[in-house]
Amino acid sequence: MLVADRLIKNFGSHRAVDDISFTLERGEVLGFLGPNGAGKTTTMRMLAGCLEPDGGSASIAGYDCVAQRLEAQSRLGFLPEGAPAYPAMTPRGFVKFGLRARGFAADAVNRATGLAIERTRLGEAADQPIGTLSKGFKRRAALAVAIAHDPAVLVLDEPTDGLDPNQKDGVRNLIREMAHEKAIIISTHILEEVPAVCSRAMIVARGKILFDGSPKTLAEQGQDHTVESAFRDLTLERPQTRESVV
Amino acid sequence: MINALLAVYRRELTSYFQTPLAYVFLAVFALCAPAFTFHVGRFFDTNRADLAPMFDWMPWLLVILMPALAMRSWAEERDRGTLEFLMALPIPLWASTFGKFLAAWSVAAAALILTWPLWIAVNYLGSPDNTAIATGYLGALFLAGGYLAVGQALSATTSNQVVAFVLGCGAAFLLTMAGLPLVLSGLGEGAPVWLTEFIAGLSALEHYNAFRYGVIGLPDLVYFIGLIAASLSCAGVLIAERRGGGR
Repeated sequence: MLVADRLIKNFGSHRAVDDISFTLERGEVLGFLGPNGAGKTTTMRMLAGCLEPDGGSASIAGYDCVAQRLEAQSRLGFLPEGAPAYPAMTPRGFVKFGLRARGFAADAVNRATGLAIERTRLGEAADQPIGTLSKGFKRRAALAVAIAHDPAVLVLDEPTDGLDPNQKDGVRNLIREMAHEKAIIISTHILEEVPAVCSRAMIVARGKILFDGSPKTLAEQGQDHTVESAFRDLTLERPQTRESVV
Repeated sequence: MINALLAVYRRELTSYFQTPLAYVFLAVFALCAPAFTFHVGRFFDTNRADLAPMFDWMPWLLVILMPALAMRSWAEERDRGTLEFLMALPIPLWASTFGKFLAAWSVAAAALILTWPLWIAVNYLGSPDNTAIATGYLGALFLAGGYLAVGQALSATTSNQVVAFVLGCGAAFLLTMAGLPLVLSGLGEGAPVWLTEFIAGLSALEHYNAFRYGVIGLPDLVYFIGLIAASLSCAGVLIAERRGGGR
């Protein structure tokens, strides 16, 4: 469903993504983890067709993300980092705009908009300008746009960032609901989310994949058998010890 | 693909009216056009019932006001991060570029329509050449389109709307001034004739003035359509470049 094949991206002399390869099938939820600046967002942008790789390739449902960008993007739902949105628009207007741009007919636009607003539990906030909404509702509005066209692949960059515990729970439930019919990648800093919603975990740091496996296997690698300790062990750059300095 | 263009057009046009921008713009235009016509253009002193005083000053009004409409087109998307959302949509860049342009051009057309009381007034006061007035309006619409397209291309170069506005005003001013003796004489007497003619040919003012005599000339149409197409292509290329991530 989704293939990343030896992806490379440089920003000037800095290599942000260094030879990242993986495949993702329908029914999988991949937790994309890593410290800040690890290359998660850059990789997701390349999958979404917002950035072109300097090396390697990515494809969605068999369509190359660069050469067949429009076909690939029409099968993708993308939540960009920070959930950007147009502040003067209402979430309902925002979702409708996404669907119209994707070529949905008027009645299908209304049906899909209603469903997306219901699934993201926007409620009355759906008809208020996004600029007046709280961070949580704003993020859910962007999430509604990402899922409204029922894409086969979802790429969600920090979908629960800034949400309160109840809202986080709502988004996790939504991801679980959609998991069996889609291939989903979520990037997150919240490690407790990994065993809760992900069927697979991947840790990247300095643009490279350090771990790719089940959350259970990841936890087993940690000193105290938790995802948190495994994450620390894998990603923390150890300071030079006194012995090595001497 | 036409759906994508219409979706962008609709969103952009709505966004102009969801913020005070369109209302302020239309109000300023509706007040400035008669002010220029009556006070600066000395409409009553000309003793002629035509809209020449308004069309005389129109380019200078458009030099300031069109960049104000165009400045947000890409700079705002870049600043808010919504450009990433737009670039992840399965729509070709030409559809976004042209949709944004058409929306801004529609607001400009609405502004021109708001000068209708002046047209009524000259028809009440005398019997003007309404064909020349109609082609004059068409010329003003094309001039506005040219400035908007140039403004959009410059808006794609920055994430700061004020910078986009200043660049847009500068470019529109240069385009307007190109055919005036001030610029042409500045080239010096020794300048080759072809260079003087080439620079004069770039002048938006010359082509706009041609419309005012009641004639729609092919070279003038080609000039404005060419200017719009070239500027929108530049905007498209500048935004497409961002997919490269600065490589």
